[in-house]
Amino acid sequence: MENRENIIQVTNLVKKFGNFTANDNLTFNVYKGEIFGFLGANGAGKTTAIKILCGLSSPTSGKAIVAGYDVKKYPNKVKENIGYMSQKFSLYNDMTVKENFRFYGGIYGLSGKEIKEKTDFFLQKLNMENTRDVVLSEIPLGWKQKLAFSVSIIHDPKVVFLDEPTGGVDPITRRQFWEMIYENADKGTTVFVTTHYMDEAEYCDRVSIMSEGKIEALDTPSKLKINYGVKTMNDVFIKIAR
Amino acid sequence: MQMSVAVNIVNICKSYGDVEALKDITLNINEGEIFGFIGPDGSGKTSLFRILTSLIIPTSGVATVGGYDVVADYKQIRKTTGYMPGRFSLYLDLTVEENLNFYARIFNTSIEENYDLIKDIYVQIEPFKKRLAGDLSGGMKQKLALSCALIHSPRLIILDEPTTGVDAVSRMEFWELLKKMQLRGITIVVSTPYMDEAALCDHVALMQNGKLLAVDKPDNIVNKYKGNLFAVSTNNMHKLLTDLNNLKNTSQIFRFGETIHITSTITDDQLYSNEVYKHLEDAGYQNIGITRIKPVIEDCFLALMDKNVMS
Repeated sequence: MENRENIIQVTNLVKKFGNFTANDNLTFNVYKGEIFGFLGANGAGKTTAIKILCGLSSPTSGKAIVAGYDVKKYPNKVKENIGYMSQKFSLYNDMTVKENFRFYGGIYGLSGKEIKEKTDFFLQKLNMENTRDVVLSEIPLGWKQKLAFSVSIIHDPKVVFLDEPTGGVDPITRRQFWEMIYENADKGTTVFVTTHYMDEAEYCDRVSIMSEGKIEALDTPSKLKINYGVKTMNDVFIKIAR
Repeated sequence: MQMSVAVNIVNICKSYGDVEALKDITLNINEGEIFGFIGPDGSGKTSLFRILTSLIIPTSGVATVGGYDVVADYKQIRKTTGYMPGRFSLYLDLTVEENLNFYARIFNTSIEENYDLIKDIYVQIEPFKKRLAGDLSGGMKQKLALSCALIHSPRLIILDEPTTGVDAVSRMEFWELLKKMQLRGITIVVSTPYMDEAALCDHVALMQNGKLLAVDKPDNIVNKYKGNLFAVSTNNMHKLLTDLNNLKNTSQIFRFGETIHITSTITDDQLYSNEVYKHLEDAGYQNIGITRIKPVIEDCFLALMDKNVMS
């Protein structure tokens, strides 16, 4: 375990908005191929931290290296090497499935041939080949989320950020989504995921829990439960966030 | 115990063009209870709530709320029912206090007149009453919306996914508020995609694709689960699901947090767990744990779901 390659390395990261400290001295690493759960109450500072890790916002002080690049010095290099999807923003509703793949593949600089291959690969895998020319707005939410995940990894990023990817999704699709996460993590993709479903926290290799801008706990789900003397991740979360 | 009916829904259907959002919904909600509609996005919860609040008209069927017909008596419905829509719909450019005043005046009342009713909730946001609603955190917006839904002293409130996107602690606090509302005699109709919240309701309706999968007390739904449920854990949980797929006498296999739930189709629990143990031992697993457990609502939902038509 000690020799595992770090894909994300955060050291004394601070982000302030005026007098308000949104991220208060965060230090943590995420390994290659790890499923890392990034939890916290609403307003704890998760979104701020994710924006920094994705190169969209610059830290006030401290350092973050993502996929080999310093987020402050090389934000665009970071963006090229990561994938991102969220419940709120993912694909374009007024484009077809194929067009969405084409659009995102193009943004990440894939050739026409590569885009076609990837599109075929993912649609076959999802058993959704017959939806190729369907406009996204007509596709059910659960399928959309699986497509969005596929699109977010079209350029084989080293790390993919999933921001509440399963919100509102039915319980079967939610589980299928996690099988996709496992499969890609096993192939070496690092998965950085936020969720409000505490059973999903159990699916992560390690979980960090933020409260008021700080990381209050970071460990495997089983160790967190032992350390806090409780039986479920829900109880761990409540002990820390309340 | 004889209960009076607060909401009566009979054969309600709603179509938008070719899309059937609600397919023949019939159920009753008792006065003074917390009734939960549990289901994923697209199951029809919002369409039903918009019918009950007189905001849209059903394609067919009838429904009454507090004895008033949702189509003919829409004015009475609006006077006696509070509604908290799924999307935050208060005025972002008004302050907390201005929003509440606005809603109070629309219903010809004042904050003072009904302060007692909203006190438990409003005290938590009162320190920020001069702040614009648009600058509130998610949890505070939710409390303001609930205050606004209650300000005209409704007999019944309808809350559309009040806890979606809300963290586990705020969700728990919100349910504590709902229990307080219930003690004041208000009937509470609430929808949620979180299956664990079903246990907090007096009755629940499980919904998928515009249809009711079950309507009952949460305990009764759990007790009707077919088959014996087991939780399995091993040293390798990633791979375990695949290796459980070819188990004999097994009807359902689903990940459930730190374990995988499997359902036995035979009555002999000892025989079944021995079979599972041997199967996993042969596959090279260690630290094998097999425990007979009681189902939760999510197990039941998974069993009842129409697996070919997912939302």
